[in-house]
Amino acid sequence: MMKKFTLVPKLTPKLQAAKIQTIKLSEKTFVKIEKANNFFTDVANAFLFISRTIKETFSRDFEFRELLRQSYQIGYKSLALISVTGFIMGLVLTIQSRPSLITFGALSKLPGMVAISLIREIGPVITALICAGKIGSGMGAELGSMKVSEQIDAMEVSSTNPIKFLIVTRVLAATLMIPLLILYADALGILGSWAGANIKGDITFVLFYSQAFSHFTFIDFLPAVVKSFFFGSVIGFVGCYKGYSAGRGTESVGIAANSAVVLSSLLVIIVDLIAVQITDML
Amino acid sequence: MMNTTQTATIALAKTVSSKQVIEVNNLRKGFGNQEVLKDISLQLFDGENLVVLGKSGSGKSVLIKCIVRLLNIDAGTINVLGEDVSKLNTDGLGELRKKIGFLFQSGALYDSMTVKQNLEFPLRRIKKSLSHKEIDEKVKDVLENVGLFDALDKMPSQLSGGMRKRISLARTIIVDPMIMLYDEPTTGLDPATSDEISLLINDIQKRYKTSSIIITHDIECARTTANRIIILNEGVVYQEGNLEMFEKSTDTLIKSFFI
Repeated sequence: MMKKFTLVPKLTPKLQAAKIQTIKLSEKTFVKIEKANNFFTDVANAFLFISRTIKETFSRDFEFRELLRQSYQIGYKSLALISVTGFIMGLVLTIQSRPSLITFGALSKLPGMVAISLIREIGPVITALICAGKIGSGMGAELGSMKVSEQIDAMEVSSTNPIKFLIVTRVLAATLMIPLLILYADALGILGSWAGANIKGDITFVLFYSQAFSHFTFIDFLPAVVKSFFFGSVIGFVGCYKGYSAGRGTESVGIAANSAVVLSSLLVIIVDLIAVQITDML
Repeated sequence: MMNTTQTATIALAKTVSSKQVIEVNNLRKGFGNQEVLKDISLQLFDGENLVVLGKSGSGKSVLIKCIVRLLNIDAGTINVLGEDVSKLNTDGLGELRKKIGFLFQSGALYDSMTVKQNLEFPLRRIKKSLSHKEIDEKVKDVLENVGLFDALDKMPSQLSGGMRKRISLARTIIVDPMIMLYDEPTTGLDPATSDEISLLINDIQKRYKTSSIIITHDIECARTTANRIIILNEGVVYQEGNLEMFEKSTDTLIKSFFI
């Protein structure tokens, strides 16, 4: 019977070291590929989540009562925080802008400048960022803890569509309530600005108001309102997605809340950038 | 009303028919590279309590989650009340789930709702024809059955572990399910409360004429509730039989459960 010989090359120390180095590089590459794969999987899952939410929004048996409850939680329960931040926004902007406008001899333009800045940009963005922190993290944490404690599974088994009950209502409530909160913040910002103008000046509210809106046009107002709906949707979708896709441990609840805030804040800025570009073209 | 301080044992329902309500054939389920259930076949007959024993990580919870399609199976078939669960569309699955009650290990009470709202939640969705008065009566009735009528307006965070488990049970039976699936019903409870829950399971079997699968590693619960017992080991059915047979067994694994 023929003997079979297999040639096994003897590895010199140099070759051995090169082999180990190649294996290490391969492992690092593998880890990077896996991370990239996880990222793209996450993005795909997010798009599936969004499409499923939109589909359930228009299906039968809409959860109106839960929508009202969520609107109350998001809208009414945020009023105190938004009141304080809106007022301070206007106050600080006025105090900071006043010296520069005096330098240019344009103090009379202060009310108009503050109003346009607040309503077009600062009011929507800062209010949305605050809502991302309060509402986004709240949604992420609440849904994450529901996931961990099997409440979402319990809902599914009791013939309730959890996407319809939990997600659609929250996303819609955020989309509808956050623009209202932004308008409210803008109004209080104008009030704060008037208060700021009266720290070193003396101007009645009626005069301040008429000066603020004398050059205000529809094109200043409409893009801000439209982008505020997108801010609300982004905050709702991100908060819900992060909570709904949380892992099965308590650590994952914290991660869900944290990542909901970070991602929704980032997306608010990106949406604002896109909105500004579009507005500039109009 | 059931008196939970009674020491007398509530006897198991002896009448078990030969009609199958659940049939699992060659079920396989894995997660990534780990195969949890390799080849599971079992039947649940009408009116019986089937206890599934197994070590932690043997796939017991995965099994009952596959039955209600909370998890999708990799291979095999699961027939519940004559329907192949994996082939049902969303509406069909919803209709089937209305006939199944699932008691989760943690209870899974909705934190943001009171006990009353927790009980009304599935009732309003599954039995839409009931009036407000009928719903109120049903809620009170089922709370009396679990001995917690006073907990109506409490939040889940105000309840003890045993109370939460009983309210979860109440929420599951309020819709009059035909099949009950219990995932570790006595885990985390003291022996006295565990005994109460086991007796409640028997009471539900008799009162509501349910067929049940009880996942547990609590031998006392198995002793109290089982008409028939299955032991899972390494993803397959290791042994099947009644309590008497298992207690007399000389097999090492079976003996480790029934010390």
